Amino acid sequence: MELLSPASLEEAADCVRSALADKAPLEILGASSKRGFGRPVDAVKQLTTAALSGIVSYHPEELVLVARAGTHMDEIAAALEEKNQFLAFEPPDFGALYPGDDAGSNRTGTLGGILATNLSGPRRFKAGAARDHFLGFTAVNGRGEIFKGGGPVVKNVTGYDLPKLLAGSFGTLAVMDEVTVKVLPRPEKTRTVLLYGLDATAANAAMTKALTGSYDISAAAFLPEIQAQASDCDYVGAQGSVTALRVEGSGPVVEHHCAALRRDFGGATEELHSANSIALWREIRDLAPFFDIDTILWRISVPPAHGAGVAANCAIDIPGSNFLLDWGGGLIWLSIPASGGAHAEQVRRAFQRCGGHATLVRAPEAERRKVQVFEAEGARALTEQVKLSFDPERMLNPGRMFEGI
Amino acid sequence: MLMPAPDSNTIAQKARLAAALAELLPPESVIADPIALKAYESDGLTAYRQAPLLVTLPRNTAEVSAVLKFCAANQVKVVPRGAGTSLSGGALPLADGVVLGLGKLNKILEIDLENRCAVVQPGVQNLAISNAVAAAGFYYAPDPSSQIACTIGGNVAENSGGVHCLKYGLTTNNLLGLEVVLISGEVVRFGGKHLDACGYDLLGLMTGSEGLLGVVTEVTVRLLKRPETARALVAGFGSSEEAGAAVAAVIGAGIIPAGMEMMDRPAIHAAEDFVHADYPLDAEALLIVELDGPGVECDHLLLQVTEIVKANGATSLRVSESEAERLKIWAGRKAAFPAVGRISPDYYCMDGTIPRRRLPEVLKRMAELSQKYGLRVANVFHAGDGNLHPLILYDANKPGELERAEHFGSDILRLCVEVGGVLTGEHGVGVEKRDLMPEMFSELDLNQQMRLKCAFDPDGLLNPGKVFPKLHRCAELGRMHVRGGALPHPELPRF
Repeated sequence: MELLSPASLEEAADCVRSALADKAPLEILGASSKRGFGRPVDAVKQLTTAALSGIVSYHPEELVLVARAGTHMDEIAAALEEKNQFLAFEPPDFGALYPGDDAGSNRTGTLGGILATNLSGPRRFKAGAARDHFLGFTAVNGRGEIFKGGGPVVKNVTGYDLPKLLAGSFGTLAVMDEVTVKVLPRPEKTRTVLLYGLDATAANAAMTKALTGSYDISAAAFLPEIQAQASDCDYVGAQGSVTALRVEGSGPVVEHHCAALRRDFGGATEELHSANSIALWREIRDLAPFFDIDTILWRISVPPAHGAGVAANCAIDIPGSNFLLDWGGGLIWLSIPASGGAHAEQVRRAFQRCGGHATLVRAPEAERRKVQVFEAEGARALTEQVKLSFDPERMLNPGRMFEGI
Repeated sequence: MLMPAPDSNTIAQKARLAAALAELLPPESVIADPIALKAYESDGLTAYRQAPLLVTLPRNTAEVSAVLKFCAANQVKVVPRGAGTSLSGGALPLADGVVLGLGKLNKILEIDLENRCAVVQPGVQNLAISNAVAAAGFYYAPDPSSQIACTIGGNVAENSGGVHCLKYGLTTNNLLGLEVVLISGEVVRFGGKHLDACGYDLLGLMTGSEGLLGVVTEVTVRLLKRPETARALVAGFGSSEEAGAAVAAVIGAGIIPAGMEMMDRPAIHAAEDFVHADYPLDAEALLIVELDGPGVECDHLLLQVTEIVKANGATSLRVSESEAERLKIWAGRKAAFPAVGRISPDYYCMDGTIPRRRLPEVLKRMAELSQKYGLRVANVFHAGDGNLHPLILYDANKPGELERAEHFGSDILRLCVEVGGVLTGEHGVGVEKRDLMPEMFSELDLNQQMRLKCAFDPDGLLNPGKVFPKLHRCAELGRMHVRGGALPHPELPRF
């Protein structure tokens, strides 16, 4: 397939206009690290943001960074680390989830890719997702028009909040060039209290107790025994399941909260300090060690107190499934043996009573073509009208999110 | 202020429309009497007034849906309204439009502490949510200064902020779900008690859309655990440069305070004269920093901030040692608007955001503009996030002063955009900044936003005349011709 690599927004606009003239839809790519996420795109050519790369400006004291969409995440992370800052939504590195696809490309992905997929890590419930840190952009829409949305500062309500809409739109609305994101200071210290040996229901209850208490928890996850054993982290895996509660902040406050947690939760506990704590949450963020590479993977978002219940429903209905809970129970990562198919109906039935949604994150291409990977928010007709308002001829990533849209 | 030309045909049908609406709603929920309509003629931006054609006050989602469906079928414009505290004229009525007041949808439907959220109707006051969960130690974080009056539905429409949004976010960062009625009458739900959208983030798009896309009939908000303690410090500086440098140094040290506010000399004096908060009257700039969390955290961070403030040349410094002292420090800042109201018959509150490092330059040029227009200005500033609230002092009874104040305000907002900022940080565009939108957005930028409006409201019936300086027909915006390899818009302007 022909690969277009515009080096400027004007060139990107030319690419889209040529596509319009030729009626030849484009597949929009960053580093191709998450190309397996979403429905397969029926495109004639590919357009990559690879040449739209580099940090444009960074003002740490304004909490704002501007970079081009094709900038690799490791470059962004390194620049921020130098100033002791970070992207607070903990963008995951899903390189290990989709191996084999375009070997040799940068597996950490691009900033544009993280925004387009609206991913976030364990800190989601406290700090928000990519959407909450996406302030502004310049882009080309499916009409081949250059436009911008949002603004250059952290507080702005001028016009519609287009960055929210582009976050998680999987390249179906526009091709982004410069993006402005909010950055924040890194916490001085991080520690994690581990509770050993709880079953999923008790773990979910413990996480709810921790999150409704005054411990200022920044991450709460449950690894069933089989997942805990898969972890490479010290103190994780030898004592059954692990319920992990993270606290972050200045030295005194972290000590204060950890002591309170160990006092209030009792049972078998352990405390991970800086390096071990960081390593564990990186594993949970990136999922690298937890699920076999050939499994189908679902990401299920539910009201947090219902996570264990929904996981139990899945276990009953879907043979061979495995899971872990993040976001205090609000996020279920569910793996299913590929041989039996995605079981979309069973997965979505599992949270029918409490509400939520499920996204098929990894599956063989045939399965992703067949199954609803996303669910249209609100009315499908509205989703289609929103798409057409940016891309009336369906030139950009057609079908990536919804069949026919 | 030029609004869309009223449709005389609609106005002529007032009696018929009122009668038909009274069949959809209880008769007392339809207001047609000219004297009763006067109560709705303006919102918090009182410089603009227009009595609506009719007011409807539905009691539930089904009635909201019925009103919208009826208005769509009869091509009648609709202006949604919460508590009417908008400072940008977002709820300014239209002579040929129906005001859809949401005050009767005022119930807290569910408090779900396990899932840290509450489900409320749009007419619930912002502060009422926090009050309802206070006993359990929770609160709803966004706290616009009008929070005792403004309602959550209006907060969603305007994406309201407050003094704590640097740390806790704007409305958009604190919502989980919405029920929305489209102009067609269709009821749709975005989000719920879970996180993230399952398709396009229409919850995010709705938030801050100023009543142009749909009418919110139910809101699921995130609840946070109230911090155990909060402490504040107040410091005076000999210049805004030094105060600004202190703010940058606090953030540079990795501290995100719960609140960080600045005031300039005129605002300090007005506030001190009014509430006697013991502010230093010799200071050119005043900085208030609040830290919250467990006591041990507050103490630790306060020590660091104190050192930073001193190192940046503070001429005076006071740290709260009790809740009473903390409230006293805030009293002056919180009373700044009414305090300015005491020293001037009228004031006009602006709301631009700038990159903080440009503050000294902006203040200097604002002082020059103040000279030029012959009007005084006092500044309060959400220093952490660069959101500036210049208060322009004028007297509406003096011929020409309101117009001068408006021109002065427009120049300030142009200045904000020029230095890399935006027209509005938290008050919304409404009618107030509508005609300044081209300062920030190109025609293509605005066309894209308007096409999005068309996706929700193809006939342009919801709150027309707000946000966008020109009204376009959707068919005209959507038009695109691609013929035989020719580029659709060879004349495209480039950035």
